[in-house]
Amino acid sequence: MSFQEKLEKNVWGLIIMIAIVVSIGGIVEIVPLYYLDNTIEKLSQDEDSIRPYTALEQEGRDIYVREGCYTCHSQMIRPFRDEKERYGHYSLAAESKFDHPFQWGSKRTGPDLARVGGKYSDEWQVKHLIAPRSLVPESVMPGYPFLMDALVDHTVTEKKLRALSAVGVPYAEADFASAAEQVKGKTEMDALVAYLQVLGTMVNFEEGKDYRE
Amino acid sequence: MSEGKPDEQLYDFTVVKWFSIAAVLYLIVGALVGDFIAWELAFPALNFDNPYISFGRLRPLHTNAVIFAFGGSTLMATAYYIVQRTCHVGLWSQKMAWFTFWGWNAIIVGAVVTFPLGLTQGKEYAELIWPLDIMIAVVWLSFMFNFVMTIVNRRVSHIYVANWFFLGMMVMITYLHVVNSLAIPVTLTHSYSIYSGVHDAMIQWWWGHNAVGFFLTAGFLGMMYYFVPKQANRPVFSYRLSVLHFWALMFGYVWLGAHHLQYTALPDWAGSLGAAISIAMIIPSWGGAINGMMTLSGAWNKLRDDYVLRFLIVSLAFYAMSTFEGPVMSIKTVNALSHYTDWTIGHVHSGALGWVAMVSIGAIYHMVTRLWGRELYSVSLVNTHFWIHTIGTIIYICAMWVSGIMQGLMWRATDDYGNLVYTFAETVSAMHPYYVLRSVGGVLVLLGAIIMLYNIVQTIRGAKQSASAAVAAKA
Repeated sequence: MSFQEKLEKNVWGLIIMIAIVVSIGGIVEIVPLYYLDNTIEKLSQDEDSIRPYTALEQEGRDIYVREGCYTCHSQMIRPFRDEKERYGHYSLAAESKFDHPFQWGSKRTGPDLARVGGKYSDEWQVKHLIAPRSLVPESVMPGYPFLMDALVDHTVTEKKLRALSAVGVPYAEADFASAAEQVKGKTEMDALVAYLQVLGTMVNFEEGKDYRE
Repeated sequence: MSEGKPDEQLYDFTVVKWFSIAAVLYLIVGALVGDFIAWELAFPALNFDNPYISFGRLRPLHTNAVIFAFGGSTLMATAYYIVQRTCHVGLWSQKMAWFTFWGWNAIIVGAVVTFPLGLTQGKEYAELIWPLDIMIAVVWLSFMFNFVMTIVNRRVSHIYVANWFFLGMMVMITYLHVVNSLAIPVTLTHSYSIYSGVHDAMIQWWWGHNAVGFFLTAGFLGMMYYFVPKQANRPVFSYRLSVLHFWALMFGYVWLGAHHLQYTALPDWAGSLGAAISIAMIIPSWGGAINGMMTLSGAWNKLRDDYVLRFLIVSLAFYAMSTFEGPVMSIKTVNALSHYTDWTIGHVHSGALGWVAMVSIGAIYHMVTRLWGRELYSVSLVNTHFWIHTIGTIIYICAMWVSGIMQGLMWRATDDYGNLVYTFAETVSAMHPYYVLRSVGGVLVLLGAIIMLYNIVQTIRGAKQSASAAVAAKA
């Protein structure tokens, strides 16, 4: 009786074989990412100003996730000439190391946002979020005027930062203490714009350096 | 299955009936939401500045409705149906089967409520909030346990090939769902993934591609291995091929997720590995498609008048097509163009509308006649459904091919001085006609699903009428 035939007559054997066979690919592709040194780029002190999001920025990020912005906007610039022209320097793994969850996205119905920070003024962002076609007639983006009226719920901000800290984001006690204060009275629009304005601004790139070996 | 005809009384198909009807309803819901958001992309005023119906919140509702509500209900209906018939034994536990029915539907109701409210974890096809994720794990494991115990009770010596595929799906989806959904709760409705950045990306796409590879492929291949031979009334073309492509599929599919992250900040070795295995996957994928289609060998004439069989066989043609397209898109040079564009959306839908939906529709039509013991109300409506669904799917795919490739080419176009030729906004407006066309394709698919529901409802009503007529005649 062949091995296959044995499995076809023994459901437990079949399940165990399947459980082994389907686990291999995932183990080989995921586990090394945790121990290979070059998974996240090493940056010099001059280059690296990557920090956890402020309380307001993190609240903005939660709104970004809530509204499903990632269904139309990527945050991952690839190392191509046209993407450099359009969006800027290609993205580094280090830049999203504090992102729970990651928001690299998979579709560009709208443009990439990995380096949108500082590209437009706060006023532009607010106006665009309220009525996208007032500034970009071709846009198919939904309007988000309701963000102007809603206040950020400051009562859970500290809990959010503490949860993020539990999964490895290096917040300090001072961050927790001031969390509620920082977002109190701010609208959801303020928070979202604060988040957008910080995107892609935390690394000072060295011209011509190859960050991906 | 040479052990002789089992007693039909052994089986309990009530839960199968309920899951089948649920599947048809969710097909309509999923297609309706999908088509609405397709129109939103064509005419953004349809968002009405209303948070509850904006594209970003409804898109997860569409994907989850189609994959888990429609796909999941179909999988559970067919798994419970096939395992009983191929093991010649009733379900191990009726109660547990009903628990999975009500549990699964409660999760779906949870999705319908939470997504429009913006409650999400922000990971594609894994957006449901953490309490619902726990419910999924519980219901899924009870589905698997009931299925396995039914196999344990079987009255035939060998486990039929369809059940291998279902088992493969159940094991892998358990791994994927549990690992990818690990999160730290903040409130009852909010949590953060325990993974971040590049690690989160790799784990998410390990999940993302295997939701396709196991939930939407392995399970549906199980369906194919039962319903194609049954409907054609012929044995499976090659046993040897089914063994080979089963194990190759189980081993290989798991690796493909990394091809979603080519040229990103994921280390190059991982993406390249994913792409290399992706290309090799053409072989096992086509092994399945060929095994299904060649089952008709010598009986091709059946396709002329058996419309249910047509759904099943054309689904395999779409399966073969999209499992060729997928590996092509994973090649780095092609991926550089196709990634982030509508081509990906078109590819997904040739799999979802062409393969998954069509094999499901064929299976459900087949089951309805057996479950209610009656011919379909209208065979010509099945034919209408077949054509309207096929044409809708082809319109959808073609529109996305054109818009996707055009988008990719416009983004990278530079003039003689190296300047970009098009602004991003110009590429968006160029998509408009294709977005309209895609929405029209979606309307056809939706219309087909409504015709299906009507046909099935009429079939069931007819069955009841004839039963009461028989009672009346006796009296």
